[in-house]
Amino acid sequence: MIINHPLLGPRDSAEFTYKGDANLINRPDPETASPQDWHDYAYLRDNPAGPHRELWFHDGGDRSWLVVTRNTLTHEITAVELARDVARAEGRSK
Amino acid sequence: MHDLSPLTPLGGTAPQIDTVADLTCTEQCDLALASVAARLGQEKACAAALQKLLGAAPPVAGKAHLAAPYSAVWAGPDQWMLGADFATHEDIAAQLKAALKDTASITEQTDAWCCFDLSGEGIAAVMELLCPVNMRALASGDATRTTIHHLGCFVICGDPNGFVRILGPRASAGSLHHAILTAMRSAL
Repeated sequence: MIINHPLLGPRDSAEFTYKGDANLINRPDPETASPQDWHDYAYLRDNPAGPHRELWFHDGGDRSWLVVTRNTLTHEITAVELARDVARAEGRSK
Repeated sequence: MHDLSPLTPLGGTAPQIDTVADLTCTEQCDLALASVAARLGQEKACAAALQKLLGAAPPVAGKAHLAAPYSAVWAGPDQWMLGADFATHEDIAAQLKAALKDTASITEQTDAWCCFDLSGEGIAAVMELLCPVNMRALASGDATRTTIHHLGCFVICGDPNGFVRILGPRASAGSLHHAILTAMRSAL
């Protein structure tokens, strides 16, 4: 499997480590989150048969975190973005 | 004052030099390193200050700026590893801080890394055994971070046919050196 790194070009997936559902970016605000929010964030994941957004860490390369959109049925990768760009676009970081 | 003797990353009192066929692996100790990370909101100011310091735009992804007194390697978005001669830049972090001021966070890296220079014939054959980098496609000034012998290393290409610099974790200098020498003996 090849992951097309947005900055470095195509790299073998062996250079990367899977880090879970991309929804982990959306950590609840500690100031306002309820215990239920934390429970949902920590334990609940969707398990789609189809496109899935997930975090991959380029530990065998530049140590970037990526958000990879992968089809869990075919393993086709349709989008690769830098996690920081995704987080900023969602207003997670100023 | 303490009377301590400096040791090279491999533990010797002088840099180790190994030659297999026409390729030489040199333990490079005359290198001061510091990492530069632009602070949030200061990315443009940091790049401008770096440009002034380097005399060229800071390197983009996959590239290095190879020059004196400072060389720079791209390490991530708005992050670089800068190197200079140890003899004149032992306090590289302080020197960079003076030049970049509050636009960047700077961390001394000199003693965190070991450096091996490969020079001579047969570099591509050796690097193909060591790491997934497509050495034959690299040109002078290309640099990337990759994995050699399970160690995260920078590979900096000075001349695709004659000179490559490998930066690896100093604590694993012996393992990295072993891997490089094993590959040299196998490939050459």
